[in-house]
Amino acid sequence: MPNIVVLVKQVPDTYSERKLNESDHTLDRESADAVLDEINERAVEEALKIKEASEGEVTVLCVGPDRATDAIRKALSMGADKAIHVSDESLHGSDMVATAKVIAAAIGRVEGVDLVIAGNEASDGRGGAVPAMLAELLGMPQLTHARQVTVDGSTVQVDRETEEGLTHLEAGLPAVISVTEKINEPRYPSFKGIMAAKKKPVETLTVADLGVDAGEVGLANAWSTVLEAAPKPPRTAGQRVDDEGDGGTKIAEYLVGQKLI
Amino acid sequence: MPAERLLPTTEAEDLIALAREIAREELAPHAAEYEEAGRFPREKFRLLGKSGLLGLPYSERWGGGEVPYEVYLQVLEEIASAWMTVGVGLSVHTMSCFALAHHGTDEQRERWLPAMLEGDLLGAYALSETHAGSDAAALSTRARRDGDSYVVTGTKAWTTHGGEADFYTTMVRTSDRTTDDTGGISCLLVDADTPGLSAAAPERKMGLTGSTTAQMIFEDARVAADRLIGAEGDGLRIALASLSSGRLGIAACSVGLAQAALDEALAYARERRQFGQPIIQFQGIEFLLADMAAAIESARAMYLDAARRRDRGLPFHRQASIAKLVATDAAMKVTTDAVQVLGGAGYTRDFPVERYMREAKVPQIFEGTNQIQRIVIARELRKA
Repeated sequence: MPNIVVLVKQVPDTYSERKLNESDHTLDRESADAVLDEINERAVEEALKIKEASEGEVTVLCVGPDRATDAIRKALSMGADKAIHVSDESLHGSDMVATAKVIAAAIGRVEGVDLVIAGNEASDGRGGAVPAMLAELLGMPQLTHARQVTVDGSTVQVDRETEEGLTHLEAGLPAVISVTEKINEPRYPSFKGIMAAKKKPVETLTVADLGVDAGEVGLANAWSTVLEAAPKPPRTAGQRVDDEGDGGTKIAEYLVGQKLI
Repeated sequence: MPAERLLPTTEAEDLIALAREIAREELAPHAAEYEEAGRFPREKFRLLGKSGLLGLPYSERWGGGEVPYEVYLQVLEEIASAWMTVGVGLSVHTMSCFALAHHGTDEQRERWLPAMLEGDLLGAYALSETHAGSDAAALSTRARRDGDSYVVTGTKAWTTHGGEADFYTTMVRTSDRTTDDTGGISCLLVDADTPGLSAAAPERKMGLTGSTTAQMIFEDARVAADRLIGAEGDGLRIALASLSSGRLGIAACSVGLAQAALDEALAYARERRQFGQPIIQFQGIEFLLADMAAAIESARAMYLDAARRRDRGLPFHRQASIAKLVATDAAMKVTTDAVQVLGGAGYTRDFPVERYMREAKVPQIFEGTNQIQRIVIARELRKA
């Protein structure tokens, strides 16, 4: 009966134009529709599948502004049981280390955690390091980039897929897992799930509630600074090459020129 | 550009978000291919069923969602905006559940309704016949009582989901036509597997080619008498009440279709350059787009007004007919103008607007032609 915590993040919809704030180069959350990150939907799906196979409980954990309640509700409407929402103005602009510390502190409030499941990277920041940092802070083994997860009693096995290849990992519980896009196809919520979600408990916490030092979080205390940001240049017309029987050679020459092969 | 909606609750907002997600991920990418192939997307309706979208406006007691019509219709609009065949299908299914949900006995509802509202069954509504279209009371499909069953003989026409549906809400004649046209017609909930019931070859239509439309042929089809909904002779009243709500569904679908056409025209007008600038900069184009937006938003306001009256238990028949008339005419005009904005490209099958234009025609015809809507509106005015 695993007790699972799933990390979820609200991000700008990848279908809309995404921007940074001009003043501090943090994410401009107002400029785009905000949605539950798709990789987190997969993380929730995996947690629900594990739960459905052996019961247990799924808690979603979200660090984000007040409007992130929409993303939390989506995870609850998919079938998660309860939620913890860490919402605090002072977290604005926090780096990954600070974020991991806050998440670790929040996980500390859930009794008897067996598994923490995260997406391998969020579609906005794309740092991809929070799950590993979190495992370090919690003193749990990390099984990242999982494309398949099997929980068997007190152990978990993972097929880890990266550009370097496939690795088979096994660890004792509790453990931290991060999943890739190949892990599963997330379910849609149902209308019944939507109605049930509004009755599920959501605990809202501040940084102070978690006992995290406010001097460790936020933009001013971040270990990295964005000095400059510019929008992606518009796509140019590209280079047209006519195939006069030597198309393959020309493509190869182009790719060599770009140092791609 | 998603429509800006004022929704009554957070659950309604989440429901619309779910409808948009399904529309964007599961419906829109497949519409052109299925319509081109004339393929009925049965599995998409199963997904709607699994997501709890097949029984939205009906009582929770019977497995429905019990959402106000105001919300249900906006879900329908979002679905139709991605794929008209699925929007119209959802509207027809919802209408086909009306008779049992509102006029069935508790015993009947307990037995059949949950599977229709929260399962993945698909419904059809069989009222029209070849010689009984606008004059529905002229229908001649006969149901003769024989012991514990009715023996049904005749042919129903223009049945949406004909041959695909799991049940047919069917209007039949149980006694001769009366002088005031109200009696003699009864409503049977017919199972698709009934021996003696079969579908003719699907109609070859101008648009909505993914939606199967067929005649349903009853040849001494034996239907258990406990499948009579309401009393004998209640059929026409039930049919007309279903249609009043159904018309709102068609209005919502038409607004969705028109919105899809505007979105396509807008995106094209921003990209397409002539005389050194995007064509949206020309007043000739931007006025077309402005008129399209005005037609869509006024039609949306109209169906929402009618729906809110219905939700409050106020009379809404006049408003439903006006909404159906205004929204379907708006969709015809907007889709035609969308083809104009895209020019030659719009006339090709490489872009969806020519399909939208073909799809916009039939809503002016079905569920009461727009001429019939005018009769309903005028009758209500005379009564006032």
